[in-house]
Amino acid sequence: MNIFLISILTLLFIGAISAVILFFVSKRFQVFENPLIHQVEIALPAVNCGGCGYPGCHGFAVACVSAESLHNLVCTVGGKATMENVANILGKTASPVIPTHAVVHCGGNCEKRPRNNYYDGVSSCAIAHNLYGGETGCTFGCLGLGDCEVVCKFDALHINQVTKLPEIDEEKCTSCNACVKACPKSIIELHNKGIESHRIFVNCVNKDKGETILESCSVACIGCEKCMKECAYDAISVTNNLAFIDSYKCTLCRKCVSVCPTNAIVEINFPLKMSKSFEN
Amino acid sequence: MGGIHPKTYKFSAGKQIQAAPIPNQAIIPLGHYLGGPSLPIVKAGDRVKVGQMIGQASGFVSANVHSSVSGIVNKLDSHIDASGYNVPSVFIDVQGDEWLESIDRSIEIGRECTLTSTEIIKKISESGIVGLGGATFPTHVKLTPPPGKKAEILIINAVECEPYLTCDHQLMLEKTEEILIGITILMKAIQVEKAIVGIENNKKDAIDLMKKYAKSFAGIEIMSLQVQYPQGGEKQLIDASIGRQIPSGSLPIEVGAVVQNVGTTFAVYEAVQKNKPLIERVITITGKSVKNHSNYRARLGTPLANIVDHAGGIPEDTGKIVAGGPMMGRALVSLEVTVAKGTSGVLFIQTPEAARKKMQNCIRCTKCVVACPMGLEPYLLMSQSERSMWTEMEKDRIMDCIECGCCSFCCPSNRPLLDHLRYGKSSVGKIIRNRQTKK
Amino acid sequence: MDKLIISPSPHIHSGDSVSKKMQQVFIALVPAYLAGLYFFGIGALIISFTAMISCVVFEYLIQRFLIKGSPTIADGSALLTGILLSFNLPSNLPVWIVIVGSLVSIGIAKMTFGGLGNNPFNPALVGRVFLLISFPAAMTTWPKPIPFNMEYLDAVTAATPLAVLKGQSPEIPSTLNLFLGNMGGSIGEVSALALLIGFAYLLLKKTITWHIPISILLTVFVFTAILYYADPNAFIATPTFHLLTGGLMLGAIFMATDYVTSPMTKTGMLIYGVGIGLITVIIRVFGSYPEGVSFAILIMNAFTPLINTVVKPKRFGEIKKA
Repeated sequence: MNIFLISILTLLFIGAISAVILFFVSKRFQVFENPLIHQVEIALPAVNCGGCGYPGCHGFAVACVSAESLHNLVCTVGGKATMENVANILGKTASPVIPTHAVVHCGGNCEKRPRNNYYDGVSSCAIAHNLYGGETGCTFGCLGLGDCEVVCKFDALHINQVTKLPEIDEEKCTSCNACVKACPKSIIELHNKGIESHRIFVNCVNKDKGETILESCSVACIGCEKCMKECAYDAISVTNNLAFIDSYKCTLCRKCVSVCPTNAIVEINFPLKMSKSFEN
Repeated sequence: MGGIHPKTYKFSAGKQIQAAPIPNQAIIPLGHYLGGPSLPIVKAGDRVKVGQMIGQASGFVSANVHSSVSGIVNKLDSHIDASGYNVPSVFIDVQGDEWLESIDRSIEIGRECTLTSTEIIKKISESGIVGLGGATFPTHVKLTPPPGKKAEILIINAVECEPYLTCDHQLMLEKTEEILIGITILMKAIQVEKAIVGIENNKKDAIDLMKKYAKSFAGIEIMSLQVQYPQGGEKQLIDASIGRQIPSGSLPIEVGAVVQNVGTTFAVYEAVQKNKPLIERVITITGKSVKNHSNYRARLGTPLANIVDHAGGIPEDTGKIVAGGPMMGRALVSLEVTVAKGTSGVLFIQTPEAARKKMQNCIRCTKCVVACPMGLEPYLLMSQSERSMWTEMEKDRIMDCIECGCCSFCCPSNRPLLDHLRYGKSSVGKIIRNRQTKK
Repeated sequence: MDKLIISPSPHIHSGDSVSKKMQQVFIALVPAYLAGLYFFGIGALIISFTAMISCVVFEYLIQRFLIKGSPTIADGSALLTGILLSFNLPSNLPVWIVIVGSLVSIGIAKMTFGGLGNNPFNPALVGRVFLLISFPAAMTTWPKPIPFNMEYLDAVTAATPLAVLKGQSPEIPSTLNLFLGNMGGSIGEVSALALLIGFAYLLLKKTITWHIPISILLTVFVFTAILYYADPNAFIATPTFHLLTGGLMLGAIFMATDYVTSPMTKTGMLIYGVGIGLITVIIRVFGSYPEGVSFAILIMNAFTPLINTVVKPKRFGEIKKA
C-alpha cells in the first residue's frame, strides 16, 4: 500500500512541477502575432498550394494583414467568396477576381501526332525534356509523361492514357499555377474563363515551319495566317509560325475556327453547331 | 579513384580507315554543342568548293564551319541533329569533288612549321577546329589561357576509354608522324616544353609505334595508362599523368595543363601544315550484330544512313542506335542525322540489351559510391533530385559530376542514377547562374 | 524493326542484379549450413526450412494484401532473411516460435519500413532478439552437438562455451573443437571453419569487402587480449576463445555486412566494425547476457545514418597537390 501511495504522490508532484515550469516558459517565450492573422488564416481554404504567390495560407494571411489594400492579393482557390470574407475581417475592399483556369495548348494526340520512337528513361517530363525533343517529330509538343498530373493538388488534371495528353477538369481547377510551372515546354497557360465558359484558342505551341511540322502532326498551326486575315477584330497575330489569339479583343465569332486548315484553333463549351467543335 | 571495367568490345580494332562515300546531298549543321552557333555566309544558289567557309563564328566561343563537299547550296533550313531537335543547317547538292586551290592535298608529310604561337592559334581558329573527343569545345579558346594563367604542360588524350570505339586508335596507327608533328605545333602554340600522350595499355601496337616515332621529337613522352573507364575524362587523365587533381569548379589551366584529343591534334596538323580546315573526321561503325565493323573517314554533313549502308546496313535486331560510345553517347531518333564535328561513331545495340530493366529499391550496396570517379554519392544525389532538394545537392557537390555513367552502369537495382543526376545538375546550374547574375 | 528506343546514357549495364548478390550470399552460406546439419541434425533442417518458407510466404502475403504492391519475393531477400534467422536459433526451437520470429523479421523489421532497402535494422537480428526477449527459456536451451542428431525437440542439451564464462558450467571444449564447430550454439554460428570458407568466397566474388568483418574481429581480439593479459584470473577466456565462440563469426561475416544497414564508405565501415566489437565485448564480459553480438550489431545499425552523414567519401580535387 505504501509503495502505491508513494508512487502516485511522487508522480503527481513531478507532474505539478512540470506544469508550472511549462506555464512560465510558454508565457516568457511567447511569440506575439497579430490575432487578425489567425482570423484570416481560418477563412482561407488551407490547401497551401502557393497559387497566390505566397508561402502557404499562413504567408498569404500575413501579407493580407500587413498590406495597405487587398489589391493584387487574390486567393485563386477560394475565389470571390473567400476574398470577400477576408475583406470583411480586415475592413478592406477585395480586389475583383477574374475567374481563370488552366488550358493545355497541344492537340497532338497519338492519332494525329504519331510516336516514332520509344522513350525508355525516367517517366518525368522534366527529365525527358532535358534529354531530347520527344517521342514524336514535333519537338515543342506535350511529352505526355505527367509532371503536371503529379503536382496538381486538386485532382483536376489527368493524362488520358489513350491520347497521351493532359485533360483538365474545369470544375476542380483552381488556377493555382502549379501545372503551368511544372510543364517544361510551357504548354499550359492560365486563360480567363470567359462568358459562360466559352473559349477560343490556338491549340498549338509549335514554332517550326509549316512543311516541317505537317510531317509530324496533322493538327498543328502552320503559320499560314488565314485566321489573321479572316479576323475582323484584329485579335490574331502570327509570330514564328505560330498564331496567337488575344482574348481581350476576341469576340468569339468563331470565323477563325472555320478557316483554319489544320483544325489547330479550337472552341470550347460552345453549343454543337455546324462548325467543327473540339470534344471536351 | 573509382571507375569501372566494362568489356571493351573493340571489334573494329585494326580495321584500316576507309573513305566513306560522298553523299548526293550534304547537310552541314551550323551549330555545335558547346558555344554559339555560327552565322551562314552563303545563300541558296551559291557555288561552293571543298574547304570553303560557309559559316562564320558568332563570337569568341564559337567556330567557323567549312563546306566538306563541292556543289551548289540548295537551301538554309532546319535539320535534325543528334539531340533530336531541328537545328539550322546548310543543304548542299554535291557536284564533283573540287577542293580550294589553297589546300595542300599531297601525301608528303609537312615537318617544318615557321609560324609563331599567335599565328598558329589564329590558323586553328580560322580552320574551325573544335575538340574531336566529343565535347566539341572550340580549340582556339582552349589554347588561349585567361590572363594570369600560364600553361606548363600539354596532355594529349589518346585514351579512348569508351568501349567499342576505335577511331583514335586507328588514327594513331596510320598517321603517327603527322600526330607527333601536330603535338609539336600545339606545344609551340601554348609555349610549353613538355607534352605527355596518354594511351591505355590495351593498345600496345599504338604505344610501341608512337614511342618509336616520338624519339625524334623533343619533350614528348608516351605514357601507358591503366585500362579503366573513365580514364579518358579530362580530370582523370590529368590526375593519372601528372598527379594533379583539378579543384572543384576549376578548369585544367588551374593546374597548368592543356588537354587535347589526339584526333584534334591531327586536325591541327592538317590545318597548319596543309591549309586544310576541319571538313572530315574518323568515325567507327560498330555493334555486336553489325556486318562490317569499320573505321571511316567521313565528310561532315554526310547522312549517317549512307555510311551505315556501306558498312552492311542496319542490323535486324537493332533496338537502339547510339551516336558516340555506349557510356556517354546519345541515342539517335533516326539515321538522317549527319556527321558532325563531335560524332565519334555509330553503335548499334541489340534489342534485349537496349531496353532498361525494371528499377528496384536502393539496397545501399555502395557500388555507385565506389565507382564514382569524382568521389560523389550517386544514391544520395538521386534521392535528393527526386525531392528537388537543390541546396543540399549543391553542398553534396553535384556540380562536380562529369556525367560519365559509371554509377548507373554498376547499380544492381537498375536505378536510373545518371538521369536524375543530370537533371539535378542542370537545375542547380540554373540556380547558380541566377545567383551570379543577381550579384 | 520496331521503334527505336531512346533513353539517356549509359546504354550498357554491368549485368549485376539484386538476385545475383543474394545468390552469392547463399552459396557462401552453404558450408555453414552443412556444418549446422551435421552437428544438429534434423532440428537444423526443420528450423531452416520453416524459417525460409515462412519468411517468403509472409513477404508475399503482406505485399499482396496489405501493401497492394507488386511482389518482390523473386529477388531472394526474404529467403536470405529466413536462412540467416534460422542460423541464429537453437535447433530445438518449436516450429511455431520460428514462425513468429519470421513474422517479426519480415513484417515488422522489413515491410513496415518500406521493404528492401528501407529498413534501418537488420531484419533477421530483430527477429532473433525479439524471440530471445519473448521466449528466454526456449531460446537459451542449446542442444549438444551430436552428428546427424535425429532428435528434434527432445535433443539433449548442454551449456554453450560462452555460458561457461558466466559460471554456468566447468567444461570448455578444446580450441580445435571450437574451430570446427563441435560445441553448443545456434545452428549456423558454431563452425568457424565453415564461416571462414564462406567469407573467402564472398571476398572473391567481391560481394563484400574485408573492412567490416576484419574490423569487428580485430577489435574483439585486441580488446579481449588487453583484458585477458591485464588480469587472467578474472577474465578466464583467451582472445582466441572469444573469436571462435558464440555468434561473433556469423555476425561479423554475414549479419553486420548486410548492405542496407551498414555504412556507405570504407572509413565509415571501419568505425562501425570497431563499435560492434567494443559493444560485443562489453556485453560479454561485463553484461549479464552471455552473448552480445546481436545487440551490438543492432545498436550500431542505429548509428549507421549518423556515420553516413558525417563520414563522406574522399572527393576528387579536395586536396590541392603542388
